[in-house]
Amino acid sequence: MKIVVGQGSCGIAAGANKVYAAIEKALQSKNVEAELASTGCIGMCYLEPIIEIIDNEGKKETYVQVNPDIVDEIIETSLIKKEQHEKFSISQEDANILEKQERVALRNCGMINPESIDEYIARGGYEAIEKAIKSKTPDEIIEEIKISGLRGRGGAGFPTWFKWNAAKQSVGNQKYIICNADEGDPGAFMDRSILEGDPHSIIEGMLIGGYAMGATEGIIYVRAEYPLAIVRLKIAIEEARKKGYLGKNLFNENRFDFEMRIKAGAGAFVCGEETALIASLEGERGMPRLKPPFPAQKGYWQLPSNINNVETLANVPWILQNGGVAFAAMGTEKSKGTKVFALTGKIKKGGLVEVPMGIPLKEIIYEIGGGIMNDKSFKAVQMGGPSGGCIPHHLIETSVDYESITKTGAIMGSGGMVVMDETTCMVDMARFFLDFTRKESCGKCIHCRIGTNRMLEILTRITEGEGKDGDIELLEELGTKIKEGSLCGLGQTAPNPVLSTIRYFRDEYEKHIYDKKCPAKQCSNLLTYSINSENCIGCTLCAKKCPTNAISGERKQVHDIQQDLCIKCGKCKEVCKFNAVEVQ
Amino acid sequence: MSCCGGKKEVLFEKEDMCIDLAQLKPVLKKYAGKEGSLISILQEVQEIYNYLPLEALYYIAEETGINPTKIHGVATFYTQFRLKPIGKNLIMLCQGTACHVNGSKLIEEALCDELSIKEGETTEDNLFTLSNVACLGCCSLSPVMMINDETYGKLTPDEARKIVRDIIEEEKVKKGA
Repeated sequence: MKIVVGQGSCGIAAGANKVYAAIEKALQSKNVEAELASTGCIGMCYLEPIIEIIDNEGKKETYVQVNPDIVDEIIETSLIKKEQHEKFSISQEDANILEKQERVALRNCGMINPESIDEYIARGGYEAIEKAIKSKTPDEIIEEIKISGLRGRGGAGFPTWFKWNAAKQSVGNQKYIICNADEGDPGAFMDRSILEGDPHSIIEGMLIGGYAMGATEGIIYVRAEYPLAIVRLKIAIEEARKKGYLGKNLFNENRFDFEMRIKAGAGAFVCGEETALIASLEGERGMPRLKPPFPAQKGYWQLPSNINNVETLANVPWILQNGGVAFAAMGTEKSKGTKVFALTGKIKKGGLVEVPMGIPLKEIIYEIGGGIMNDKSFKAVQMGGPSGGCIPHHLIETSVDYESITKTGAIMGSGGMVVMDETTCMVDMARFFLDFTRKESCGKCIHCRIGTNRMLEILTRITEGEGKDGDIELLEELGTKIKEGSLCGLGQTAPNPVLSTIRYFRDEYEKHIYDKKCPAKQCSNLLTYSINSENCIGCTLCAKKCPTNAISGERKQVHDIQQDLCIKCGKCKEVCKFNAVEVQ
Repeated sequence: MSCCGGKKEVLFEKEDMCIDLAQLKPVLKKYAGKEGSLISILQEVQEIYNYLPLEALYYIAEETGINPTKIHGVATFYTQFRLKPIGKNLIMLCQGTACHVNGSKLIEEALCDELSIKEGETTEDNLFTLSNVACLGCCSLSPVMMINDETYGKLTPDEARKIVRDIIEEEKVKKGA
């Protein structure tokens, strides 16, 4: 008997550690023999905490939304009476979600204990690197990656083999392979889940890349905000070293030495950009520089360096084991393989999903994500975070591949997919992203540093009801100039959320500016609160809660809101039990 | 610079708190001669003091030979570093996209109101510091906040208030005990 508790960051946030402790206690008090283990994120965040009970024949029962109070009951039924406790079991519908996915990068996430190298090895781990060193030349490996069609999963989608080859061609005795785990995009956590759930796949991917390009040192640059990922990576590196997968003369072939270390970032979104990341590794402020020279020629300490994203590297061992052809068999002509998405926002079943490239957005949102929360209507999906854009309702059939997504004005980005419903204001959304990029601008390029501030001022004005004729055109002009006048990807894409929302939701901007109305009822300055005389029973609750005493009315009489006193805080609507407060 | 007459212990202006520069020595020794370690040094120093005291920054400059302006530049560039001490409980309120869509602004307003501070500030009794962060990566639980190591998800303004009140109560009990 084995009990596995999902302990990724989401799971822990939902209370998985407490559940783990409760199970430990229950096993002891009931005197039940069972192995208790931990695993990474399986991706169904909305069902966390999740536990799996696997019997000696390998039959698995999954229990979801477990809390410490029901642990006793589950143990009692499942382990002692040997029955399935249907009340807490995963529903068939939820179980099917995994069936619809194609798991390559996430192949081990939620399947193995990330702190055990043996479990990784048992699932074929480190076979790819062994095969590579023993029987393949670096050129053959690069060729295999070329056949697979693997492109960078961090955002830009640059062919991985090309980067590797460039680093290989670069002359130098010392080269570096760097894993970019500085996942700063708000609303995205694919890399975090891989680092927490399957750290060895990153180590193996880096080993393979290192061997292919002649790098003998690997550095993982990971966000300091991901403490659990750092802990698990440290354990993984230590175990890999003990088992002889890191060090000198790997596999006794006398062909390849490789060492690895972790560098914790210090919280700067711009460090996701290659040259900024290198500056940060060198202990400097993370400011990008002009390319060329590319990192493949002059990178870390001016030496040839190659930088790959976490998900890209997680795909590498799979490709070497199953062949580039198998990988290329998935996806579309130009976008091969699978992609992991973090599905969040107003979605019923949020979490991590991995699907073959080329499936329609609609399938991800409705079939895997279960549709929109509270059955509201779907308005748009934001892809690519602060560098991306919104894909509106009428483009929901768009195929998920690099080219099709770019055509809509959004980008594939690292894989954040934030779903929005009718209650999301697109102007506010654009403002939110711009506020983010404005804060994260390193300040080097004037267009990015000052331009984003000016754009934010205009957007703030619009959401506060002070929008003017010509604001939309000014935003468009500024946006275009910022794109042209910025050195790195941050500035070049910062206006995207604004430009794409103007493109698809221009009418919403116009309503804010000319009619002083927010159709999504989000911009508080543009709202008017009033009391519906038919629904109000005069309970006085709203009047009591109103911070400015703007509501008057006798007990059991219809109340009234004095508009000049109202600060539009929404308290009255929050407390009214009779749905009598209306917003317009 | 040697505001305490060159003594190793420097008085901290606000609360007569002493910062013990001797604690820095092992950190500086660990990274001695390793180029490009400034960020790692600052991270470890912040671990020790919970913030980056100015005295410590000058001391690092002296010992490593790195220009103080560069150290200050790096310390102010990255959001992880703070130059002021924080309260006993650090509230990290997630302002990621999913949290934003699901109402994190309302949570912020409730917390600011409850604690009578603005974002980035510390309460007078030094119990809480409220800090907005970009994304905690628990988007499915949005809106989310993290207090010390504990994560609280699916918040409502009232729940956020209650969580803070409970901590205040706990502190009172502890003080009384």
